[in-house]
This record gives sequence, C-alpha cells and structure tokens, in this order.
Amino acid sequence: MSEDNQNGPGLDPEITSQLKEQADELVKQVNAGDYASAMTVINDLSEVRDQSLYREVGRLTRSLHEAIRNFQVQPQNPEQQEALSKMSDASDRLQYVVEMTNNAANRTMDLVEDAMPRANAMCEQAKSLRDDWQRLRRREMAPAEFRELYGRIDRFFESLSEDAEKMYGDLSEILLAQDFQDLTGQVIHKVTALVKEVEDNLLGLVVMASHVDQLTGTVHDLKEKEASIKGEGPQMRAAERSDVVSGQDDVDDLLSSLGF
Amino acid sequence: MKILIVDDFSTMRRIIKNLLRDLGFTNTDEADDGNSALPMLRSGKYDFLVTDWNMPGMSGFDLLKEVRADEQLKDLPILMVTAEAKRDQIVAAAQAGVNGYVVKPFTAAVLKEKIEKIFERIQ
Repeated sequence: MSEDNQNGPGLDPEITSQLKEQADELVKQVNAGDYASAMTVINDLSEVRDQSLYREVGRLTRSLHEAIRNFQVQPQNPEQQEALSKMSDASDRLQYVVEMTNNAANRTMDLVEDAMPRANAMCEQAKSLRDDWQRLRRREMAPAEFRELYGRIDRFFESLSEDAEKMYGDLSEILLAQDFQDLTGQVIHKVTALVKEVEDNLLGLVVMASHVDQLTGTVHDLKEKEASIKGEGPQMRAAERSDVVSGQDDVDDLLSSLGF
Repeated sequence: MKILIVDDFSTMRRIIKNLLRDLGFTNTDEADDGNSALPMLRSGKYDFLVTDWNMPGMSGFDLLKEVRADEQLKDLPILMVTAEAKRDQIVAAAQAGVNGYVVKPFTAAVLKEKIEKIFERIQ
C-alpha cells in the first residue's frame, strides 16, 4: 500500500496510531544505535501494513458476499423477501402487459374480421345498384326490371343504415380496445424504475468487486466471446446504430447488394 | 398454394393469415416454432413458408437451415418476417438461402410485394 493511501478513507484509526507509535519507536532505537531492535520494529511495521491490507480485503469480500447473497433466490430476511417479491411482482406485471396486449389485439382482430365482409358486401351492392341506376338513366331498363330495382334500392337503404350502424359500433369498440396502452404504459414505467434500481445496485456490486480485485491483484482472464447469430427481438434506436437496418428499404438495399 | 406460417405469437400468425387471405391465399396452416413446423413441412406438402426468426425452441434461422439441408424440402421458398434488424443477421439469412426478408413492423403492401417477387423469381 502506498503512502498516499494513509490519507484515504480505507485505513483504520487503530492501525494509523499503531504505525505512528512504531515509527516513533524506530526513530528512538536508531538514535540509540540499537539496530537489532530497530530491525524488529521494521518487521512489526510491515506486519501492521499487511494486516491492514488483509483487513481491507476482508471487509470488501464480506460486503461483496453480502451483496451477492441479496441476489439469491432464497430470502433469508424480510428485506430480501421484499426485494424478491418486487422482482416476482415485476414479472407478474409484465405478464399482465402481455395478456392485455394479447386481448386487445384479438378483440380488435375479431371486430375487423367481422366488419370486413360486411364492408365488402356493402360495396358490392352499391356497385351493382349504381350500374343498374345508370342503365335506368340511359333509359335502357324495362318496366319490370325497374320495379325489381325499386325494391332492391329500398332494401339496400334499409340494410345500409343497419350495417353502417353496426360498423360504427365496431369502430368505436376498436377504439376502446386501445385502452390497454394507458394501463400497460403505467405498468411498464413501474418495471422500468425497478430495473433501474437493480442496475444501480449491480453497478455498486461491480465497483466493489473491482476493489477487491485491485487489493488482491487478481487478474481475470476475460476472453471475448464469439458473437453468435441469435435472435434479439426488435431493435431500439435503430437509426442511431450502424449495425442495424433502419427499415425495409435498408433491408432491400442490403439484399440487393448481395445479389438478391 | 399451401402456406405454413410460423411465429410464436398467435396475434402475428393471425395478422399474416389475414393478409395472405386478402392476397388470395386461403390455404394456410400455423406452427409456433421450428420444432413443430419441421414435421408439418415434412409431411404436409407446403408450397411456401413464412417464418419469424426469434422463437423459443427452434428459431426461424435454424428452421431455414434445416429446410435447406433437407433433400425433400431444400427448394421450398421461404420468406422471413421478423423484428431482427441487424445487418449481420440479414446477411446470414441470405447466405443460408432465404428468399425474402421483411422487417417488423411491416405493411400489407410490403408483404404483398415480397411474396410476389419471390413467386416471380421462381416461375
């Protein structure tokens, strides 16, 4: 341990006073010409230094151990229990988000699948009526045909107002199905806050671990793992990254550069 | 034209199924990952495969490689519809023999264009 560390926060006052005492003793022995005793004092001095080092490493190791134990699955005290229930609460909450979005998507698709054929039928009927109407205007229609058209137009108006009303109802239900965004948004914000908290604690753990490594001179053999082709899911902030495409146009450019 | 749709999310399968139906492809089946898709492909005489990449069990990328390595299936056209957007991944999929690549979120028009392009090239 170097000289400047004496002013550092790590050293015990007990050790500093011991050092001071022994240094005075050393000066006394040297002045008295008793070199044999002086050598013993020097030995004692280095022992005190070693001991303070061991104590420091021990303290850090203990905190590290405690911190790691806090991340264990088996809670051993109420505090750990609370931290754990926060985590399982977070996964429950995210499960809730999955369910909510799943329900909303299915509800919306049910309504859309229901409305689509009706919109299609409305469109077909209107087209056929328009064709016949134009024939009528060109005076190409026989009276019997006209009577039939007359009845169809009547029925069309009736079904049109019914279908349009139904469709309006479907659309407003689709609108309501989007209420999950508000609820899931709140839940995700809460979970994000928890993740931030865990990250801060983990960061503290890393700093502590590196302290222990520094004091003990441990060097870790960290080999960079080969990057694997694994699915990662949606890319956030794709526009800011060069290893990620920013959209379908980018994909098409990349593929065409490969001869696709 | 018989099409197999592989995605772990039922909503996404449903969306793709609807879009395919609008394009006139009504004969579709669904599987939720590569492990369940592979036996279906081997026994079901499919003409086209639409698959996601990131799925539990067997991923779409592994499914792509399995299909290309299978004597009976190796010529099956495959469209990947996925949120995976890393350049390395797209290059890897292209090298593994994918026929088209659509990134999520996508539009009906993009899906249609890619499918038509694949069939154009095959014929």
